[in-house]
Amino acid sequence: MENIDLVAALSRWIHFMAGVMWIGLLYYFNFVQVAALKNAGADGTAAGITKHVAPRALLFFRWAAVVTWLAGAALLGPLFVDAFLLRNGMGPIGIGAWLGTIMLFNVWVLIWPNQKKILGMSPASDEEKNKARRVAFLASRTNTMLSIPMLFFMAGGWSHRALFGL
Amino acid sequence: MKNPLDSLWGTVISGVVLTAVLYVFARNFLG
Repeated sequence: MENIDLVAALSRWIHFMAGVMWIGLLYYFNFVQVAALKNAGADGTAAGITKHVAPRALLFFRWAAVVTWLAGAALLGPLFVDAFLLRNGMGPIGIGAWLGTIMLFNVWVLIWPNQKKILGMSPASDEEKNKARRVAFLASRTNTMLSIPMLFFMAGGWSHRALFGL
Repeated sequence: MKNPLDSLWGTVISGVVLTAVLYVFARNFLG
């Protein structure tokens, strides 16, 4: 077996595992935690989530995003540039790669810094917290929306070439 | 106009629509 095959196989494996953790936690936040926090706020039990669950979930969430992206880049290997320039038959997977990259940006630039303010991990006034809540919420929802085409192009971009007439 | 991302259904439908738009783009404009 060529060394490059081994790197690709390991990268694909890690890319999938980390991706499952990243997108799994993203769906947890959007489909479970947002609604749960609304109800928990009403009966005064929100602290259980914001103190014990959310920080731990965010830790695995943001680092899984980094590992997913790096393993994806390693998997593309010499085709990395072709993918991001959407050329030489790498267009569909390239669209997936661009969507994943935008999502990584949202995690580290919009979601995490604002979640730190919301959860009291960095200082913020009530007004700043309210603004942070809206920005983090919309960035998280944007990532949920982007995950739908991202998974379509990631899953179908390479092996289902006929779908794209390639 | 209400932001579709405020609801889960709006988010999912937006994602499906975006998938269709990007698919048409990829099918017709990428080599």
